[in-house]
Amino acid sequence: MAIIFNGVSHVYGEGSPFKRVAINNINLHIKKGEFIGIIGHTGSGKSTLIQHFNGLLKPTEGEVIILGKNLNDKELSLKEIRQKVGLVFQYPEHQLFETTIFKDVAFGPENMGLSKEEVDKRVREALEMVGIGEDMYDKSPFDLSGGQKRRVAIAGVLAMKPEILILDEPTAGLDPRGRDEILGQIQKLHKSLGITVILVSHSMEDIAKLVDRIIVMYKGRIALDGSPAKVFKNDKELEKMGLAAPQIMYIMKALRKKGLEVPVDVLTVEEGAKAIAALLKSQK
Amino acid sequence: MIRDITIGQYFPAESWIHKLDPRVKIMSTLIFIIALFVANRYIGYLFTFIFMATVIYLSKVPVKYMLKGIKAILVIIILTVALNIFMTPGEKVLWSYKSINITAEGLYIAGIMALRLIFLIIGSSVLTLTTSPIQLTDGLEKLLNPFKKIGIPAHEIAMMMTIALRFIPILLEETDKIMKAQMARGADFESGGIIKRAKSLIPLLVPLFISAFRRADELAMAMEARCYRGGENRTRMKQLKIKKQDYVAMVSIGLFMGIMIVSRFI
Repeated sequence: MAIIFNGVSHVYGEGSPFKRVAINNINLHIKKGEFIGIIGHTGSGKSTLIQHFNGLLKPTEGEVIILGKNLNDKELSLKEIRQKVGLVFQYPEHQLFETTIFKDVAFGPENMGLSKEEVDKRVREALEMVGIGEDMYDKSPFDLSGGQKRRVAIAGVLAMKPEILILDEPTAGLDPRGRDEILGQIQKLHKSLGITVILVSHSMEDIAKLVDRIIVMYKGRIALDGSPAKVFKNDKELEKMGLAAPQIMYIMKALRKKGLEVPVDVLTVEEGAKAIAALLKSQK
Repeated sequence: MIRDITIGQYFPAESWIHKLDPRVKIMSTLIFIIALFVANRYIGYLFTFIFMATVIYLSKVPVKYMLKGIKAILVIIILTVALNIFMTPGEKVLWSYKSINITAEGLYIAGIMALRLIFLIIGSSVLTLTTSPIQLTDGLEKLLNPFKKIGIPAHEIAMMMTIALRFIPILLEETDKIMKAQMARGADFESGGIIKRAKSLIPLLVPLFISAFRRADELAMAMEARCYRGGENRTRMKQLKIKKQDYVAMVSIGLFMGIMIVSRFI
């Protein structure tokens, strides 16, 4: 088991007039190698939840067990947890600071106290994974385009070789091409390295296309948890939470209302197109 | 961690003090501080205490908030008191050890200095706790207006202050975010010696400065896009007006100053 939450709550500003319960009594099991999507309205507790995954926040109540280590354990080395759980924040390019791309990516592995050769090897691997060529290594990270900056920042986390990779809205503010590149690379990473990936996103399309399991957060609690097909079936409920099902599901429903016998449980545009084409063919 | 810091500690409430004109409040605070240094006997500080207690009661701000500021300068108060106790020469020596003498005069002055500092902090706390940053800068701009003639850009100074105040919470939040992002990459901000700690700040400060410049650039662009131009011919939605209660406040602070001057001679 990669991550276990037992009755976890987190309260900000306990005992002050600004007290706020961010997550409330969360029970959660995440297996190794799972690809999980977390969706939720702004302020639903997503960010607080993922900061528990690598010990940036500790639960105010309940227990969190990450890769067999309990966060409430006083002897626990948080550094070790953070090496095994890579967390890529929203707009990760804002954390770049070094003079060259290579040095910036090396920051994480160097903090781990690895040998120079090992750091060198890992940086090269990580930059290759995100598709940054060797000719770029000595460039300033601030001279890159938005999408490239983000890929360098993600490489900075990948170079630590985490067993669990968490990405908080990795595609926010990117153009369609940058978005597809990043998502494609994340999918490739999950397939080739077999690591546990947790993806936070506002795009139902991305989530539907990539993940095996969706966790829906609402007002600090887990509202729905299951496969994309199962979760997106509750489109009315999702809408009440300020979310939605993927667009293609709405199109299929509309078509059905018009009398076309199409399936309504499709999740991606490709599947939808196939279903419609098959139907048209059979009607001829 | 950083979320706990509160700067620009305005305490919103509906009170007589809150509703006063910011110009009157700024000037009153100034007069109050001068009065603190006019008085030189304990009787004067008794009047100050009564005056301050009345103002705090009227302001509806919990006393706890007023006293918070004192905590921050506790070291300075202790240092001042210690220096005055040990260093004041006088005739009535109460205790002596080698060249250090504690005199009655020393104790007397130390007490007065401590009271001055405490009242100084509480007095200025009343101003910042009951006046929103926007009102404060508005008031300051108006007060600086007469100095425009000698080339002081009153409006621009006030604008800069408003922007600076406005950005404090945003930059704090940003610091928190970047710190967490670097901690997730194994950065360590808490251990090591001075040099190591200073070095560990680079991954925090570089992104913070870049983001501050980016925000400044964006804000300047947004202001320009809405045709912002300095102080000339600008009008305000909320005009500052001196009302009856402001005259009451002015008379009160005037009377207070009078009492403080008289207290020197009682």
